[in-house]
Amino acid sequence: MTEATGAPVLELTGVDTFYGRAQILSEVSLEVRRSEVVALLGRNGAGKSTTIKSIIGLVRPAKGEISFEGKPIQGLESFQISRLGLGYVPEDRRVFTSLTVAENLEVGRQPRRENAPEWTHDKLFALFPNLAAMSDRLGGLMSGGEQQMLTIARTLMGNPTTILLDEPSEGLAPVIVEQVAKTILDLKAQGLSILLSEQNLHLSTLVSDRAYIIEKGRIRYEGSMAELAENEEIRAAYLMV
Amino acid sequence: MSAAPHERAPVLEVESLSKAFGGVQAVERVSFTLSSSELLAMIGPNGAGKTTCFNMLNGQLRPDAGAVRLNGRSILGLRPQSIWRLGVGRTFQITATFVSMTVRENVQMALINYHRRSRALWRPAKNHYIDEAMTLLERVGMDRQYDRACGVLAYGDLKRVELAIALANDPKLLLMDEPTAGMAPRERMELMQLTAEIVHERGIAVLFTEHDMDVVFAHADRIMVLDRGELISEGPPMAVRSNKKVQEIYLGSGAAHGVEIS
Amino acid sequence: MADFIVSLLTGLSSAAAMFLVASGLSIIFGVTRIVNFAHGSFYMLGAYIGYTLVQAIGSTGIGFWAAVLIAAVAVGLIGVVMEILLLRRIYKAPELFQLIATFGVILVIQDVTLWVWGPEDLVGPQAPGLKGAVFILGKPLPEYDLALIAISPLVLLGLWALFKLTRWGTLVRAATQDRQMVAALGVNQRWLFTGVLFLGSALAGLGGAVQIPKGGADLLMDFNILAAAFVVVVVGGMGSIFGAFWAALLFGILQTFGIQILPNSTLVLMFLVMAVVLIFRPWGLLGIPESVLQIPSGPPERPLRPALPRVRALAGAACAVLLALPIVHLVFPEVVGTFTLVLVIEIMVFVLFAAALHFIMGPGGMVSFGHAAYFGGGAYAAALLVKFADAPFELAFWAAPVGGALLAFLFGWFCVRLSGVYFAMLTLAFAQIAWAFVFQDMPGSVLKTFGIADEYGAPLKITGGDDGLNDIWPSQWASARVSYYYITVGLSVAALWIMRRILYAPFGYTLRAGRDSPLRAAAIGIDLTRHRWLAFAISGAFTGLAGSLFLFSKGSIFPTTLEIARSFDALLMVLLGGVQSLFGPIFGAAALTWLNDLFSVLSYWRFLLGVTIIALVLLLPQGLAGFAGTRLGRRLRLARPEEMAT
Repeated sequence: MTEATGAPVLELTGVDTFYGRAQILSEVSLEVRRSEVVALLGRNGAGKSTTIKSIIGLVRPAKGEISFEGKPIQGLESFQISRLGLGYVPEDRRVFTSLTVAENLEVGRQPRRENAPEWTHDKLFALFPNLAAMSDRLGGLMSGGEQQMLTIARTLMGNPTTILLDEPSEGLAPVIVEQVAKTILDLKAQGLSILLSEQNLHLSTLVSDRAYIIEKGRIRYEGSMAELAENEEIRAAYLMV
Repeated sequence: MSAAPHERAPVLEVESLSKAFGGVQAVERVSFTLSSSELLAMIGPNGAGKTTCFNMLNGQLRPDAGAVRLNGRSILGLRPQSIWRLGVGRTFQITATFVSMTVRENVQMALINYHRRSRALWRPAKNHYIDEAMTLLERVGMDRQYDRACGVLAYGDLKRVELAIALANDPKLLLMDEPTAGMAPRERMELMQLTAEIVHERGIAVLFTEHDMDVVFAHADRIMVLDRGELISEGPPMAVRSNKKVQEIYLGSGAAHGVEIS
Repeated sequence: MADFIVSLLTGLSSAAAMFLVASGLSIIFGVTRIVNFAHGSFYMLGAYIGYTLVQAIGSTGIGFWAAVLIAAVAVGLIGVVMEILLLRRIYKAPELFQLIATFGVILVIQDVTLWVWGPEDLVGPQAPGLKGAVFILGKPLPEYDLALIAISPLVLLGLWALFKLTRWGTLVRAATQDRQMVAALGVNQRWLFTGVLFLGSALAGLGGAVQIPKGGADLLMDFNILAAAFVVVVVGGMGSIFGAFWAALLFGILQTFGIQILPNSTLVLMFLVMAVVLIFRPWGLLGIPESVLQIPSGPPERPLRPALPRVRALAGAACAVLLALPIVHLVFPEVVGTFTLVLVIEIMVFVLFAAALHFIMGPGGMVSFGHAAYFGGGAYAAALLVKFADAPFELAFWAAPVGGALLAFLFGWFCVRLSGVYFAMLTLAFAQIAWAFVFQDMPGSVLKTFGIADEYGAPLKITGGDDGLNDIWPSQWASARVSYYYITVGLSVAALWIMRRILYAPFGYTLRAGRDSPLRAAAIGIDLTRHRWLAFAISGAFTGLAGSLFLFSKGSIFPTTLEIARSFDALLMVLLGGVQSLFGPIFGAAALTWLNDLFSVLSYWRFLLGVTIIALVLLLPQGLAGFAGTRLGRRLRLARPEEMAT
């Protein structure tokens, strides 16, 4: 894997997030550089999704700084953050089930951006051939794997420079997970930066440059994915492999 | 254990089970048997008909055709409650507990209902079946957290509570829908280990779905593969794993689940 | 034949206003998930504003229609103001709380309208250019009716195009399902919501304005249309505009023909049709199954624990004060006057009513919009027994809880199969049927069809209709103020205690199990429908008991005790008190009864009450009982420290 360079595109510094009175994140700091795939690993409830949601503005961090392309984004509304070119692919897919595939894509559409690849329906259908054949199908009538592809495509319609991918492999057949892995590498090749929250270590190993391990809301490990793949002790300690 | 599981009298016999939704054949003539103490994994692509199968087995859905027998007795057409009482338990992919109750109260609810005391109006619920509930919690290792609210438990602990709840009706057959979804790799193995131990102690038959192939290959005695509602392969893990068709539609190259396929 | 066609067309024309209001309600609910109770008020405002504008500029055809459109836009803007000032702050609050806030808006608009336009009914001018009539097979039909008939399909077509063909429409439909996700995809959902509120409110305003030439404007329009609009939306299917269209047509025609066949029972007919439709199609004609309006949003309810020592002591102290009051009254009448005893009796009646509603609403998660049916229904059962069977007080008194239970048992059989908004609406429908039954003295009408009538051939007075039933008092021993006070306090405290026991017993836990996770409840073999049905009947019994105490404290009973407004009062008490706490309804009922009493001497009391309700919603989103869970409440040891997640 090529080592990404330059200033971080996305940077979290000392982020604390609460749900009600319960503290979910404590001083989370991490960064994603341009054209880099960074894995955020940890088990359910460790704080992966909350980290992602804190970045995209779906939950408000109580403390800390989040900057994207050098601009502070903490405290902004989700739609403002998204319009800066930060795409979000949620866990559980959240396809608009009563809308057709084409309409789902339309919801994600945003004007093109200078520093990002521009996506059109045709280009997306080339990347996801399955979707092309069912552009008039309702989102609710698709299988889990098809829905996962649709959510990624929907986010790409916003022409993002960076994507937050929250547990894309959850509940998918191995063969579909492989497809997700291919897609991630494709996007990386086009210059996109990706923060990938995952449980599936196999998938993460296939696609990521670097990795963070989060447990009980704290970052416990940071290093290259290759390093982590070799370091059985850390994997055993934090990932309970 | 003296005999291999599949040589004993089957707990569950399914014959030609079929179900269509609005012209789409969700499950088509699926047949299999399952013996006590046996763990049978049902795998297949999303939308292959696994959930529909489960829903027909526990009575939530009425099959279009086919037969389902539990210990030789047909349970087709019975209401879900009756099937549960005959000893068919179920766990879900997403955790489903009573969040406004404590761990022990969750198990007590299952016991209260099993003993048909759910319409009692006077004696406080939490004084019912305390010992039985604690025994079950002890078995899954949750006895020390008995008084905590289920709403604040860690995910892995919730899964154990659900296992204890599922044991309250003294099940003969457990239907487990992705029992380890959302867990860390070692947690998955530990939960399945625990499940396997309990299953062998009590002679329970288990049918489970799972997308984590590590879990499936480590714990399933047998695997059946569903695709578009049809049973396309069935057998011991090694045989299913090397089946070309299964690799093509479901397992892939193995890269995404770290299994080397020869 | 001519009669038939003209009636049919009249029916279609009367469907117009109903469709406009219902489609607006449906659109707002679909996107914001807020059941906008103030929607009927927007309709009323449309009529009043339209009236004023038509007076000013409506002398020509163009001027008239311009006035109608401006009225619609004006009401749309009022909706926008409500969205920005109120709803935006409470989108994250539990859904039912939002409903309460819009209920506050109803009260405010009622008094503002009264203040601006006065109490008289306004008679609408005819539409210029459409004053004549066309003749169909020799029968006259007003030209304006034809205009009204044309409006519905035009609006329907416009809405369809807006939602299906524009990007805005696509975004709105997406937001209907998952607003967070829409925002995370870069859409400013705030303005989407504001736009939807504008559209929905403007449709209500348009509905009010176009019907001026037929019905004018009056202060009762808001509640009258609200019930009808709810029925149309529910029968059509929540969120389905086409459903609302067909349902409005159905009811328009039903009303026209209903008047000819059963002059007194069009309302009953409408609600009966709704009940039948929902039994066969629980999600309405064109609705899709979904479960909405569930109570748990925000943090999950905490496990039931025995009351803390300090809370027990407070409850004991409150009981002691209640018992001591009459003694103080006898010794120092100037300190505790008769008035105080009367107020406490009233408070205890409503505490019991609210607690009985909370019994199914909190632990059971069943939000009844029509609990007045069992309150008033029970009371009427007792009153009728006194009037027509000369039953003694001691016997008649218990007829109310029995009657309440039986009525709840009957209605409940239909309702408990549904959940969420559909459950709420069906309970509302049954309450309206019960109300109409009493208000229109249906027993009298029915007897008349069997030839039983008074000497002039008029129907016998059974329920007494509007006049109610009077002169129903307790026996001698119980009729003194202090005796009746002790009866009320004793019975209601005992009833509260019994309900509490039941909620702590397996039965109550089973209810909560079904509310927490229907999936798991079914998986451990709980027959939820049966438990919910039984709970509904138990709640009906205690509600009937409250009705009985109410009846014999007033000595008379009127159809108003079964009104929607009465049901909403109870709902308000539970929600203001805090639905997650068993003490909630007690606080809510006491506070609201007291506030009602305090404000009722003022001329614009609705306005004040409305503002108070809105303020409470904004300031105490967990209800009054939520105070115990606040930092201060914890320090006073009214609640346990919070359990931390791992």
